[in-house]
Amino acid sequence: MAESDTLGDSNRRNFLIKVTSVVGGAGAAAVCVPFVASMNPSSDVLAKATTEVDLSGIPEGGVHTVAWQGKPVFIFHRTQQEIKDMEASNGGFDPEPDQKRVKRPEWLVVVGICTHLGCVPNKEGPGWTCHCHGSQYDDSGRVVRGPAPKNLDVPPYRFIAADKMIIGEA
Amino acid sequence: MNNRIIKWIDQRFPLSSFVKHDLTEYPTPRNLSYWWNFGFLAGFVLMLQVATGIFLAMHYKADVTLSFDSIQHIMRDVNYGWLLRFMHATGASAFFLVIYIHMARTLYYGSYRAPRELMWWTGQGLLLMLMATAFMGYLLPWGQMSFWGATVITNLFRATPFFGEQVVIWLRGDYGVGDATLTRFFSLHYLLPFLIIGGVLVHLVALHTVKSSNPSGIDLAAKDNIPFHPYFTIKDLYGLGIFLIVYCIFVFFLPNSLMEPANNIPANPMQTPTHIVPEWYFLPFYAILRSVPNLVGGVVAMGLSVMVFSFMPYLDRSRIPGGARYRPWYRAMFYLFAVDMVVLGYVGYTPPSDQSIVMGKIATFFYFAMFVLLPFISRKEEQWLIRRGLPSDVKALVASEAKEKIKLPDQRRSGDIK
Repeated sequence: MAESDTLGDSNRRNFLIKVTSVVGGAGAAAVCVPFVASMNPSSDVLAKATTEVDLSGIPEGGVHTVAWQGKPVFIFHRTQQEIKDMEASNGGFDPEPDQKRVKRPEWLVVVGICTHLGCVPNKEGPGWTCHCHGSQYDDSGRVVRGPAPKNLDVPPYRFIAADKMIIGEA
Repeated sequence: MNNRIIKWIDQRFPLSSFVKHDLTEYPTPRNLSYWWNFGFLAGFVLMLQVATGIFLAMHYKADVTLSFDSIQHIMRDVNYGWLLRFMHATGASAFFLVIYIHMARTLYYGSYRAPRELMWWTGQGLLLMLMATAFMGYLLPWGQMSFWGATVITNLFRATPFFGEQVVIWLRGDYGVGDATLTRFFSLHYLLPFLIIGGVLVHLVALHTVKSSNPSGIDLAAKDNIPFHPYFTIKDLYGLGIFLIVYCIFVFFLPNSLMEPANNIPANPMQTPTHIVPEWYFLPFYAILRSVPNLVGGVVAMGLSVMVFSFMPYLDRSRIPGGARYRPWYRAMFYLFAVDMVVLGYVGYTPPSDQSIVMGKIATFFYFAMFVLLPFISRKEEQWLIRRGLPSDVKALVASEAKEKIKLPDQRRSGDIK
């Protein structure tokens, strides 16, 4: 093909410009992927995604706090009386039956972060009190006094042996 | 809609006139060869280094107990951390390669001559900042080469008269290269690129005042200029494609080829590696340092070997256009100088032996002799060329361009000599 034919064919030229722009644009977008991905949790952070807990050392009525993904998780070994009280009530602002919040009634597992603004509540008497803004939770982690809007979160967990659980996997 | 937005902006900011003046109507000589691509490539690599550097700094820790491990963390744990680091490390070499070609082009075609002296000098300042940035960045991985390179280079300042010892301690913030040195190098390694960006803007404003030189070495009349956009944007992008192919081969297939294996050993202030070498881009200057058997003399020679380029506009006494193209003597000098640089690079790379020391001394002498002899050679060459007569096509071109300029004074470019 003579040079004049090539230069004169505006359809061909427009097509090439469009294809080149699309391929170049796709390439530029693809280059952004590693940059954005590098800001996601690195593999050593992801390695902390699950936490294994040995329950044998937690006495009845005792609470253990373990770190899961850098957050405190309360593991509460409830007494028969506390289980009965909790099954009888339906919580406060965010009603939810106790049976839905536990897998085994004697073990309550909740993320220890106040649903108001993220402080860690303290175990005081029955339930927990958050000292930042005075929210209160019962022995099922359900909010009974504001300003917290929601019950304490239940993390995904499962029992892997009679007295062992893994938090982070359902 | 689009026009209304642009009109709104134009009343408040000179957007359209900027695009016109510096892109769509910016006159560029139509005869530029691919050697004129390397300024754009340097700008591109600068952006690449800033982008990868900012993301690496999100994971790097500037602390002697943590920095070596944080590099391993980047290489193994951070998503695509290996890619960012290899891009940054390869980018440093690419930056120097591109800049050295850019400078070689300027020297070959005599682009440093009037009216482009300020371009040459701002470029020289940018080279110094680039060297400082690269040197400080090399300490950050806190490997053996990092540590001993920084130790040797900061020790050069012992050559400072009267206060040598104190200056070195002040630079390091410690009696040896230590935590204080590492944190300040990190701080400055992050700062300098932004000063470089500022310097590049000055370089570009100067360029758009004097306009590009061209292979003929003659300031072309308006008829021989074409707009920068689209002709040279497309040419620069094509060159970028070629550059990226080479760059990616190194990033993906040979990333360790430009890294010293010794730098994978954590810094040990109690033991120097047996063979310490700088990165390839510093080798010729390092060879000059080693070739002078005196501390102060070596430091002065090394500093001068970089700075001596600034004098080129005055050392070159010839008024023959076109740099090396129409000047056989100057062309021979250019190639001899290039060979001398390679020899110096080789000497800098090999461990000192009787043979390489002699070679280094000869090459160092030759290096400076070129600059010292240039005024005499260029003047003699000009007289010889005038006696012999320029090639007829060059004479015709000079004449036609001159006529064009006299005819159209309003179309004179600001770079033209009145």
